[in-house]
This record gives sequence, structure tokens and C-alpha cells, in this order.
Amino acid sequence: MRSIVERPRWVAASCVALAALLAGCGASPGGSGDDNTEKADEARESSKVVDVSKAGDVTLTVWDQEVRGGQAKQIKQLNEAFQAKYPNVTIKRVAKSFDDLNTTLKLAVSGNKNVPDVVQANQGRQVMGQLVKGGLLRPLDAYADNYKWSDRYSATLLDLNRFSDDGKEFGGGSLYGLSQMGEIVGVYYNKDKVSTPPATFSEFEDQLEQAKSDGDVPISFGNLDPFAGIHEFQTVQNQYADKQAVRDFVFAKDGASFDTPENQEAATKLQDWAKAGYFTPDFNGTGYDPAWQQFAKGKGPFLIAGTWLTADLSDNMGDKVGFMLMPPAEEGGDPVSLGGESLPFAVTSKSENPDVAAAYIDFLTNAEAGQVLVDTNNLPAMKTDAAPSGGVSADVDKAWKTLNEADGFVPYIDYATPTFYDDISGGVQKLLGEKQDPSGFTSSLEKDYTKFTGSL
Amino acid sequence: MAAPAASLPAPAVRRRARVGERPPGEPRRVAYLYILPGLAVFVAFVLLPLIHAGWISLFAWDGITPGEWVALENYKAVFTDPDLRAAFLHALVLLIFYAGLPIVIGLLLAAAMSRAPVRGLAAFRTILFLPQVIALVVVAVMWRMIYAPDGGLINGTLDAIGLGSLAQNWLGSFTLALPAVGLIGTWVMYGLAMVLFTAGVQKIPQSLYDAARVDGAGPVREFFAVTLPGLRAEIAVALTLTTIAALRNFDLVYITTRGGPGGSTSVPAYVVYDKAFKTGEVGGASAVGVCLAAAIFVLAFAINKFAERGAR
Repeated sequence: MRSIVERPRWVAASCVALAALLAGCGASPGGSGDDNTEKADEARESSKVVDVSKAGDVTLTVWDQEVRGGQAKQIKQLNEAFQAKYPNVTIKRVAKSFDDLNTTLKLAVSGNKNVPDVVQANQGRQVMGQLVKGGLLRPLDAYADNYKWSDRYSATLLDLNRFSDDGKEFGGGSLYGLSQMGEIVGVYYNKDKVSTPPATFSEFEDQLEQAKSDGDVPISFGNLDPFAGIHEFQTVQNQYADKQAVRDFVFAKDGASFDTPENQEAATKLQDWAKAGYFTPDFNGTGYDPAWQQFAKGKGPFLIAGTWLTADLSDNMGDKVGFMLMPPAEEGGDPVSLGGESLPFAVTSKSENPDVAAAYIDFLTNAEAGQVLVDTNNLPAMKTDAAPSGGVSADVDKAWKTLNEADGFVPYIDYATPTFYDDISGGVQKLLGEKQDPSGFTSSLEKDYTKFTGSL
Repeated sequence: MAAPAASLPAPAVRRRARVGERPPGEPRRVAYLYILPGLAVFVAFVLLPLIHAGWISLFAWDGITPGEWVALENYKAVFTDPDLRAAFLHALVLLIFYAGLPIVIGLLLAAAMSRAPVRGLAAFRTILFLPQVIALVVVAVMWRMIYAPDGGLINGTLDAIGLGSLAQNWLGSFTLALPAVGLIGTWVMYGLAMVLFTAGVQKIPQSLYDAARVDGAGPVREFFAVTLPGLRAEIAVALTLTTIAALRNFDLVYITTRGGPGGSTSVPAYVVYDKAFKTGEVGGASAVGVCLAAAIFVLAFAINKFAERGAR
């Protein structure tokens, strides 16, 4: 009896609460719909090169993900040097893992309190594109002119950190960040097993066949962490698709498409390799680290991977490991390779000391920083005379310079849309697990792609 | 807002009339004061976020720029998008491994322990319960190594005893990955079921077992006639806990397969994470989250209703 009588009161109370709450939520979630262009223009006008030592007491909060081996060393060294040069500046460093940074960055930068001044915002639509769209990053063009940053980097590398102020155009527009390190996804080989590195793509395939018949694992490959599959696919894709076509695809230029004959050829080739047993057996169930560790232990001749493994591989294999770009179809042809640069350092819109922040970024990417990067076994993205003395690092350095001269970089394809990392990594798992044929692979990814480009 | 406020006085009047009916010494209104601290915490950290998530789920929102009102579009996607539907189906399959199998195993262990007094029972019980104590992230990392195709414990053992042909690509196969992840859940949850059941068995009067034996019941008959009915309440508890664990399963999938290969182990909780934090579909993520919460609520409610009805 009691409960029946009391119910109306509860209903009334909860109705009131709900109404109040909805009123509190008010309009739609998210920030104000301010005009980005206006804000960006203001930022550009107010940007100036300052003498940091006369900027008063400044604390810069920096969010980075330079936590592994040589990366951690260089950022620590450069931070100390910056603070020694400008004792009035304190750098409050917040170091996070790559995943952790990417998942927490949006919340931190869109907040109103304790917003970091400098952050590493990953290239592409997933992170940098969304932050720019929200007006949360500061365009750096004025600084770039004054500090002459375009002399430091090749145009292709700077383009990767460019977005239009409304975040719709990628690969052009304003500069939003600078990267320290270069990255190439190339071919590591075991010198004990590869006496003459292949000079053409077909020679490379012959050596795969030879290794297979010798009972070796031709290409060590672990795709349980599915980003590895993207690297294998793009390495083969570059043999078939024109580099400009892939760049246009990533930058969502008019007419760009994934469902092309070239991409189908590449997918067919990669699937054929899987069928022929050129990869680690059960690669879809093998982790990324176990795969390269098996290569380091001498299980097979080749590993397709990024230069972030250089330090680990040379520690494990010493002089026995070499690095090369995937050889072109014809000997002496222009090299094309998947590559790019590390996460760019960007300045947040809400930073109270943008000029000091820009000076800090300038400091991290100047010629002296280039020397520090080489000394700590990193590959500098900027043009520098500093060069490693030998070993596999010298191979990597040579490949980087060749690629820069030939303008041979092709960016990571997962930059293309906010969901394309999931789309392509799952797609390659299906393609190589023979769950999908090459034409199904390209057409379903095209569908995912146009869903996004249609909304631009 | 005006209408409910206007109707307020009526029940209040009725209430006042009833005050005299109450037994003395039980002032009811002050009870609200007692539950206020707990209620406030509950409202602030559970109810409000839930309602807020429900609100966000009605928008297409990237988490940064202003959201766009799409009404129930996101919910429509939960039922029509094949990837999202698959995620919920996977969660149902995992129910078998997280809830079904652990309860069967727990019952068998409890029945065995209740019949034959084992020396060092406490030690065994502790060891069998251990998986439940280890942090799930550690469990997942460990099982990823156990399942490794080359040099993993399972394939390695199969190789060593000459059964190399049975070795499998556990986490990389489109058919095996989901059961493989599910078995980790079985391994984690059965200890909990067993401890609940062994405790429950001790509360069943010995006289019932004696009577069953006098009537000539064998171990199987005894299990179904005495042990199983006696454990009804414990089974309901175990079923509720394991079902919730199955449906909100995130850590194991995140660490072992990241939903792969090709989405064959994606589950709703992982989709929520992926959409909210990675691909900038906060509205869609909220819709999946709300649906998941609703599914958990309905199932838990049904299990308890079922147990109550049986108990009467």
C-alpha cells in the first residue's frame, strides 16, 4: 500500500531532476562553433619571435611520447639544455606512451584548466585533424617564416603537418607542428643470409622463394598487432601505385580512390606472398615484438619494418643487420617508400605563452638538436650535416637522404580518415587470412573511405 | 516542469494523513537523511553520467566541435551496422565461456569436494581461486604468450608430445580467436564460481545427503536431487557476476587481439573505447554503451527474478 501511495512523489521528483538535468546539459555537447579562420588569423598576427630570456618567469607544460630508448635520451638532453640557456623557463614535462597520449590528448587540450602549452599531436585526421577542426591548435606559419623553418625541412615533410584552418583540407594550408625524427618503413636484412641485397623487386621475390626452399621464414611478420599489416601492404603498394596517387588519397584530393587496379594488383601480390608461405607461419596470431625478435635470432633473411627498430636490431644483431629501401621494379629506378616523421610538436590555442612555446619548438629542431638526435641514435627529420659513423644507422641515414632527394616519401595511409586505421588494419588481416579477395578488399575500403570524404 | 510540481501537494496531503498509522519509533523521513551520502555519491558518479551519456548518444559528436542532433540514428546503427551487431553477437558467444562453462566447472568441483573430503582442501581451493585474484591485464599478457603460435606454451607442448599437427594459430584464426579469448574468461571465472558453490554446499544440511543415500541415490542422483537445488541462490549470484563480466569484457580483448583478426573478436566494450577515444565518434560510442548497460541490466534482472521465483 505504502509504495503505491509514494510513487507519484518519486515520479514527480525524478521528473524534476531529469528536466533540470536536461536543461543543464542545455545545447549540444562540444565547444562553441566559433569561426576558426578568424581565430587563426588573430593567432598569426599576434605571433612574434621573442627573446626568451626576457620573457619573465614562464612554465611550459609539454606532453610528449618520447619514452623509448634514444627518444627519451634526446628529449631529456634538449629540455635540460633549453632550461640551462633560459633559466627563467621551467619545462614541466608530461611523458606518456603513444597510445596513452593519443587517447587523452583531446580531453586535455579541449579543457579549460591546466591546458598544456606544447603537445605532440599525431599527423592525420585522427588526432591533428580533429584538434585543428576544433580550433585547439595554433597555426605556426608566422613563426615558420621568422625562424625559417622551411629551410630545415623538405616540403613533403612539412605538408604532413599542414591542415586548412577548418580542418577539412589535409596536406595543405597552415603549418601546425614540427617533427624531430624521420621514419622510413623499409627492409631490414640479415647479412648472413643475404649475400647480395636484391637490386630489383623481382630479385627480391626470387630471394623470398630461395629462402622458402631453404626452410627459412622469408619475411618475419607479426600481425596480431595489426599496424604491421599496413606497413607490409604499403611497401608492396608502392611498387604498383603512383606515389602522387597515394598522397592524393591520404590528403583526400578530388577523385582519389582506393578501388584502383594498382591497389588490386598490390593486394593480389601480398595475398600471393601469404599463400606461398613467404611470411611467418600463423602471422595473424603472432605479435609484433616476437616477429622481429625471431628475425633478430636469425630465423630468416628479411623484415619489413620501420626505422624505430634500428636501435633494438643493432643491439641484438650488431653488424649482421642491414637496411635498404624496397628495390624498384627496374634497377636504378627512383626509390619510393612508406615513411614520414615522428609526432609533431604543436602549440595549443589556449597556451598563455605561445611565443616561448614556439621558441622551444625551434630549439628542438635546430641544427644543434640535429646533432643531439644523431648522438642518441635517432634519425633527424631536418636537414643536417650530422651523420652516424657506421653500422645499420648509416644505412638508414643513407636511405633517408636518398629518399629526400628523390622526393620518394609516401605517407601512412591510415592518416586518411578518422577510422581508416581500423578499416585498413582489419582489411589486411582479412586479405591475408584469405577471408576477403583483393577486389573485395579494395572495394570495401573504398566504401569506408567515401563515407568520410563525402562528409567533407 | 510545471505539471509535476503542481501535482506535488496531493500526495503530500495523503502522506500526512497516514503519519499516525506508522508504528512508533520508526520515523521514515529521517531515513532519507541516512541514505543521503550514499545516494549523493551514486547520483553524482553513476546516475548523472549515465543520463549524460544517454544525452550525448543522441548526437553525432566528435568530442571537440559542437555536436549535431541526430535523434536515434546512433541507436539505429547499433541494430543495423553489421560491425556493431557482430560485436554484440560476440558478447553473447562469450557468455557461454564466461558464465556457462565456469558455472558447470564450479559445480563439478564443488560436488567433488563435497563428497570426498580431500586432504589440504584449503590449499587446493586457494590455488583454484588464484586466477580470480590476478589483475586481468596480467592474465591477458600471460595468455597472449601461452597462445603464441611459435614457442607458446600450448603449441610448444603439443609439439613436444608429438601432436604438433594439432597446433593452432590460436589468436590469429578467424574461427578460433573468439573461443580462445573466451577460454581465458573461463579460466578467470571458474574459481569464483567454485568458491561460491563450495561455501553453499556446506550450508546444505548433511541430513539431506544422508536421506538421499538411504534412498539409494548414487553420486549423480544426489547431485541433481540435493546439491543443485540447494545451490540455487549461489548459482544466481555466480550467474549474475559472470554475466556482467562477460558483457563488459574489455581488458582481455584489448590486450590479446584488439578486436582482430578482422574484427572477429570485437566486443561492445572495446567498440565503446575505440569510438570514444580513437575514431572520434563519441555519440556512437555512448549509444553502444547505453545499449550495453541496458542489456546487462535486463539480463541481471532476469536472472534474479528467475532465482527468486524458484526460491518461492
